[in-house]
Amino acid sequence: MTGILDVATRKGLFRFRREVDGWEAGPPAFLGEPVTAVLADSRDGMLYAALRLGHFGVKLHRSADGGETWTEVAAPAFPKQTGAEAGGPSVDMVWTLAGGGEDRAGTLWAGTLPGALFRSTDRGESWSLVESLWAVPERERWFGGGYDNPGIHSILVDPRDSGRIAVGISCGGVWLSDDHGGTWRQGGHGLRAAYLPPDQALDPVSQDPHRLRACAAAPDVVWCQHHNGIFRSSDGGATFEEFVDVRPSVFGFAVAAHPADPETAWFVPGVKDECRVPADGRLVVTRTDDGGRSFAAFGDGLPGEGSYDLVYRHALDVAADGTTLAMGSTTGNLWITEDGGERWATVSANLPPIAQVAFA
Amino acid sequence: MPEQVEGCALGRGWFTSNLERHLSCPTVEARGRTVRQVLDAVFAENPRLKAYLLDDQDCLRRHVNIFIGDRPVEDRTGLGDPVSPDEDVHVFQALSGG
Repeated sequence: MTGILDVATRKGLFRFRREVDGWEAGPPAFLGEPVTAVLADSRDGMLYAALRLGHFGVKLHRSADGGETWTEVAAPAFPKQTGAEAGGPSVDMVWTLAGGGEDRAGTLWAGTLPGALFRSTDRGESWSLVESLWAVPERERWFGGGYDNPGIHSILVDPRDSGRIAVGISCGGVWLSDDHGGTWRQGGHGLRAAYLPPDQALDPVSQDPHRLRACAAAPDVVWCQHHNGIFRSSDGGATFEEFVDVRPSVFGFAVAAHPADPETAWFVPGVKDECRVPADGRLVVTRTDDGGRSFAAFGDGLPGEGSYDLVYRHALDVAADGTTLAMGSTTGNLWITEDGGERWATVSANLPPIAQVAFA
Repeated sequence: MPEQVEGCALGRGWFTSNLERHLSCPTVEARGRTVRQVLDAVFAENPRLKAYLLDDQDCLRRHVNIFIGDRPVEDRTGLGDPVSPDEDVHVFQALSGG
């Protein structure tokens, strides 16, 4: 039984547990504070929460007891620049956290705004900027998508080889490393940007992949909800194929990849980029079971009219069983399905805006 | 180590109570001729406080305000505003931070 769900919100971190009568939350941690990313590390049982304090900056906390007590550890930070380079960057937000692979317990990756990758090898006690990615010349052409600055929101670590890493950048496309982040190459070929002149639409540097998720059992399969489309890679994110015939829309932020079946993934469509609400006020989840050739839309248990819910890129997750999914919205609704997305139940309609849901 | 400035005493470094949500930062005595020197002296005793007030480049965070006596800090990058003996340095959260 999949039993624990972490929900990071604008005003605290909520941990839901599957009880006999349904999903129930304990008291929130960090009440009142924006929690931008949460990671339950299955390798050692640690729980991490990244905060974005309005006045006092980015903080990272770690819990060894499932969120009962917390210890503040170091937050990712850029090296201090001096002399002619003064006026350097500061981390504005930790957008995503990822474990560094089964063979590297204690190693963590963090993707931030502005668009940088950081690594810790000591469970967050210290962090270092991955200079090799920060130094790629193409970074000069990255640009903000949704925020003023570009940011790294997706970090995929290959479960077969922890040295193979893919990151998704809004907007800087997909970047791949085969050597634990030592060197990087541009991936994401085949992604298409409708927001650029036609002759630049396939430029891999300018792509806005809203979210990348890989199939755990077949990690070469990577699904991408892009700014203007739905894509699938079968080579670990190097190249992608686009699917255009998706109702009601190909626009959205979130995607969940089935952990065992590389043909199955879920998306949450919105109208379009200039109108980020469900089509016709009816919230649905779309699912493909055939690798993207067809999609079915499911709305049973979700608002059938008058919905303005938007599901952020980290706010859809599928559990290890492949049939339990959670979804949270900017309106503070939290839904769970236990049949692969066909019927949903409201867990709460009164949460703060939800940034991330993650099964522990 | 912070620069210790002989004969230049700070009356008090006072911190908004909203910081107490995150870490202990009682009013303290510190020495320094500039805001930077005063803060460095405070951080030497309370190192975790530094990242709450300063950004990655050691500049004052955008939504943190400092007053030296009744004067708002002007040099938010270098924190070179002078501090006279027995002046209080007040650290507030700015309303602009939400």
